[in-house]
Amino acid sequence: MSLLRIDNLDLDIYGTPILKGVSLEIGQGEIHGIIGESGSGKSMTALSVMQLLPEGSQCRGAVHLDGVSVLEADEAALCAMRGDAVGMVFQEPMTALNPLQTIGAQVAETILIHQDVSRSEALARAAKVLRRCELPPEQFPLSRYPHELSGGQRQRVVIAMAIALRPKLLIADEPTTALDVTTQADILRLIQQLVREDGMSVMFITHDLAVVTGLADRISIMRHGAVVEQGGGASLHHKMQHPYTKSLFAASSHQPERAVPAPDAPLLKVEGLVRSYPAGRRSLFGTAKRVLAVDDVSFEIQKGESVGLVGESGCGKSTLTRAILGLEATQAGRIYLGGDEVLSGGQASADVRRKMQVVFQDPYGSFNPRHKVDRLVSEPFHLLGRKATAAEIDEALVSVGLTPADKHKYIHEFSGGQRQRIAIARALIIKPELIILDEAVSALDVSIRAQILDLLADLSERYGLTYLFISHDLSVVRSITDRVLVMKQGRIVDQGPSEALFSNPQHPYTKSLIEAVPVLPGA
Amino acid sequence: MLRYTVLRTGSLLISLIVASLVIFFTLEVVPGDPASFMLGINAQPETIAALREELGLNLSPWARYVGWVTGLVQGDLGVSYTYRTPVAEIVAERLVISLPLAGYALALTILIAFPVGIWAATRRGSVADISVMGATQLGIAIPNFWFAMLMVLVFAINLRWFSAGGFPGWDEGFWVSKKALTLPAISLALPQASILARVMRSSLLDTLDQDYIRTARAKGLTKGQALRGHALRNALIPVLTIIGLQFSFLLAGAIIIENVFFLPGLGRLVFQAISQRDLIVVESVVMLLVFAVIMVNFLVDLAYSWVDPRLRGRR
Amino acid sequence: MRNLVLGLCLTVLFVLGALVSFVWTPYDHAALEIANKLKPPSLAHWFGTDHLGRDILSMIMVGARTSIAVAIVAVGIGIGLGVPLGLLAAAKSGSLLDEVIMRSNDLIFAFPSLLIAIMITAVFGPSAVNAIIAIGIFNIPVFARVTRGAALSLWTRDYVLAARVAGKGALRISVEHILPNVTNLLIVQGTIQFSLGILAEAALSYVGLGAQPPTPSWGRMLADSQTLFMLAPHITLFPGFAILLTVLGLNLAGDGLRDLIDPKLRRGAR
Repeated sequence: MSLLRIDNLDLDIYGTPILKGVSLEIGQGEIHGIIGESGSGKSMTALSVMQLLPEGSQCRGAVHLDGVSVLEADEAALCAMRGDAVGMVFQEPMTALNPLQTIGAQVAETILIHQDVSRSEALARAAKVLRRCELPPEQFPLSRYPHELSGGQRQRVVIAMAIALRPKLLIADEPTTALDVTTQADILRLIQQLVREDGMSVMFITHDLAVVTGLADRISIMRHGAVVEQGGGASLHHKMQHPYTKSLFAASSHQPERAVPAPDAPLLKVEGLVRSYPAGRRSLFGTAKRVLAVDDVSFEIQKGESVGLVGESGCGKSTLTRAILGLEATQAGRIYLGGDEVLSGGQASADVRRKMQVVFQDPYGSFNPRHKVDRLVSEPFHLLGRKATAAEIDEALVSVGLTPADKHKYIHEFSGGQRQRIAIARALIIKPELIILDEAVSALDVSIRAQILDLLADLSERYGLTYLFISHDLSVVRSITDRVLVMKQGRIVDQGPSEALFSNPQHPYTKSLIEAVPVLPGA
Repeated sequence: MLRYTVLRTGSLLISLIVASLVIFFTLEVVPGDPASFMLGINAQPETIAALREELGLNLSPWARYVGWVTGLVQGDLGVSYTYRTPVAEIVAERLVISLPLAGYALALTILIAFPVGIWAATRRGSVADISVMGATQLGIAIPNFWFAMLMVLVFAINLRWFSAGGFPGWDEGFWVSKKALTLPAISLALPQASILARVMRSSLLDTLDQDYIRTARAKGLTKGQALRGHALRNALIPVLTIIGLQFSFLLAGAIIIENVFFLPGLGRLVFQAISQRDLIVVESVVMLLVFAVIMVNFLVDLAYSWVDPRLRGRR
Repeated sequence: MRNLVLGLCLTVLFVLGALVSFVWTPYDHAALEIANKLKPPSLAHWFGTDHLGRDILSMIMVGARTSIAVAIVAVGIGIGLGVPLGLLAAAKSGSLLDEVIMRSNDLIFAFPSLLIAIMITAVFGPSAVNAIIAIGIFNIPVFARVTRGAALSLWTRDYVLAARVAGKGALRISVEHILPNVTNLLIVQGTIQFSLGILAEAALSYVGLGAQPPTPSWGRMLADSQTLFMLAPHITLFPGFAILLTVLGLNLAGDGLRDLIDPKLRRGAR
């Protein structure tokens, strides 16, 4: 008998159809993965089960949870159900907790709402639940506030709140998307363990096929508000037939075709680079402590090479990037680009800077919304001290797969993938030698990401570009780089040719990173 | 927490010192000699010189500044040029009207704004919400002194519920005095309450959209429980800032409203002092008001750290 | 949208009134006709006459000039000095300069415009120009704060980083990338400060610290009416409504503009 049964669910928000005839079943103790790209309606399906939809939502169809019709239940019955029969974990642990309340109070609240127990008993039980979620009260007292915890720890608090009453169903909406790979692996393991112990059913929502295939008993693939295919877990990709599912699998393990570069002269040379910040605010008395964001880093990149720089958040890779770009003052060390020093006398010269450009992560924040594409793309010409010609702008746009007519448009007229192409055009336009790709494909859906990776591979061949590819996503780095640097706490702890490093990691940290990455079966 | 308080206290002191410098030296450049003004045009030069000596006007500006500030710290505000009595006494007499008036108005502001703001926020988009917000638009646009005149017209002259102005003195009993301050306090409070109600509403709407409210609802809290348990305290943070700012508007507004109701408060004192060139009184009153504003904002800053654990220093 | 239209209509009405008064008013606003004093509204005098027999409608039209001029110049002072300071503070965020600018802002906030006006009046005597300066000084930190706050978040955008990669300096980035993206906010804040300026001018004139006779002003009309409004309420009502409606119009227009510019803030619609 199934615990959750969704029949032909339609959802409109202010008349706009969001879900179209979604049907799915989750059995007792079953983990059901729901996969889809952004806007596919996967989160709305979850919120429909909770009936926590945005204002103006209208559901049709049927949702039965443990025999109770959710769509027909009144608000009081729904409140009694939420938190007790169903727990929910959200994507963004940084904002999911009330910043003004202790974690103990927030976990205890779930218990206090549903059961007639004293506050002290609820707190005692909250401590037990937090311990189950691997936040032992000895290290993490109940009196901690959310801002005193890391992202992964906060997510454990959210999970503790969700499972405090051992609900029958746990809904996890992208619970690991905002986390680093190793933290992601820990949280996934925790969820699996809790599910096993309590016999919970789970609705696990993610955009990442690899995360769910190792975990789920069954999965549903969603697109444009409808379920396109459902199937069994591990062997899913063999059995699944729908073209969209296939393309999704293909894109997830996409390997752009790249020519192996012949080793050439070194282009970028970093020697003993140190960058430190004052630690927090200066203490009132005594001297300022300093944090080493980049700690004695040295490496070289050959001309034509594509080098990956991986590390978890806070490892110093962004600081290093900015230092290479000449945007940060450094305390020690030198950076050479094509033989010239990037920072000479505290100032980065235009002559050096014109040899490198950068592409950022966020396709939405990378452009001034008030300028047209031609002005946006030609901005680096400031380094050459002249304006771009129309021909140069057209060439840059065409080379990234856009048309010259696009230059008269504003940035909001483009999709995320197109914007990232424009960002690449901006980087290319002054024909630099080095392009730094700072998480350049991380914000994109898998299918778009595959296209951009192909474009990058193609461009590097055509223009003989050198890439420094910075990412937290190891599988992407593996597919597009020749060599990888692994960074941890400001230091480069490991490096080597990509293939060797990934298939046979030697350094313990590299090993733990690679083991943490969820893999698609058969990939 | 301690560090935060120490830092805040430091910046409080700096603000006070700079404010006193600004006030003193702005008024220092005033043309015209208070001594000759006080004695009239027919005074003998010797008398003027003697008075200048007595008032300390012959000292260098810095020496007089230091003397003034030292006096301030000890509660000695100097001697009024015109009344020839200690300024502290005159000010104290007026303060017992102006300060209760501002406090009364602040209390009314909060008592009106909080319920109205919360009530409107929980009914976002409804007819009730729209009409209440329309009313606050009117409240903000009304000049408070004109509103005060209208209230006198209606409640004092037509209905005869209140007296049209004047102040009986606190000796007449708390309720009598309070009644005399009621119309002034309402006219001060209404525009500020309109502003605060709008701030409360929009701040609450912002917090109600936050992820942690969804988390709370997923735990099984009703909308009301989530509002009381999680949204209100978070929504209070921007509201506190506005309350701090409003206090200075209330003080300044009180100066004007005292004119409408013929209340012998600081406002009337200041206008008299200006027309009589009694600069020491102007200086002291302005300094006192600025001190009050800076103190209130200091208290608001401390209140932040009480509301928001993120400011209590990291463990 | 309805708010915006209503607000703009009211604003335009008063601006038109002020402009028309330069070439035509029903009567000479300064002409005394003691025989005709305190007349209630009639066909001859739509808004009645005051205690000196002057036509109130004409005085309101001419008074609108004072109010609008004071408020516009005061907002101009606030924008002209506050916006560059805010941009500078944001560009050098965390530096000593930023700290000094923001601390001085906090300090000015401790002097409500009325206190500034009191001090200026004590020094230079009351006048419309001094009222402008007092309100203008108070506007500086308002605009500096708004600008700095918005600019700070813009400085973290990738497009600013991209501009830095393109070798552009802080000044150029402030002008090219920051300023255009804070204009919307400044327009909205400008309307709010404009309406506050009209209120402040009225208050200052009411207590005698603003425009001096013979310059007509709404605040002084109310002050003049104070002892007589029991006899002839219309001499209080009309100038008061003039202030109320102008300020209301500007506030509605400001809110409407903000909603138009930033759809996220459109609360009522949801």
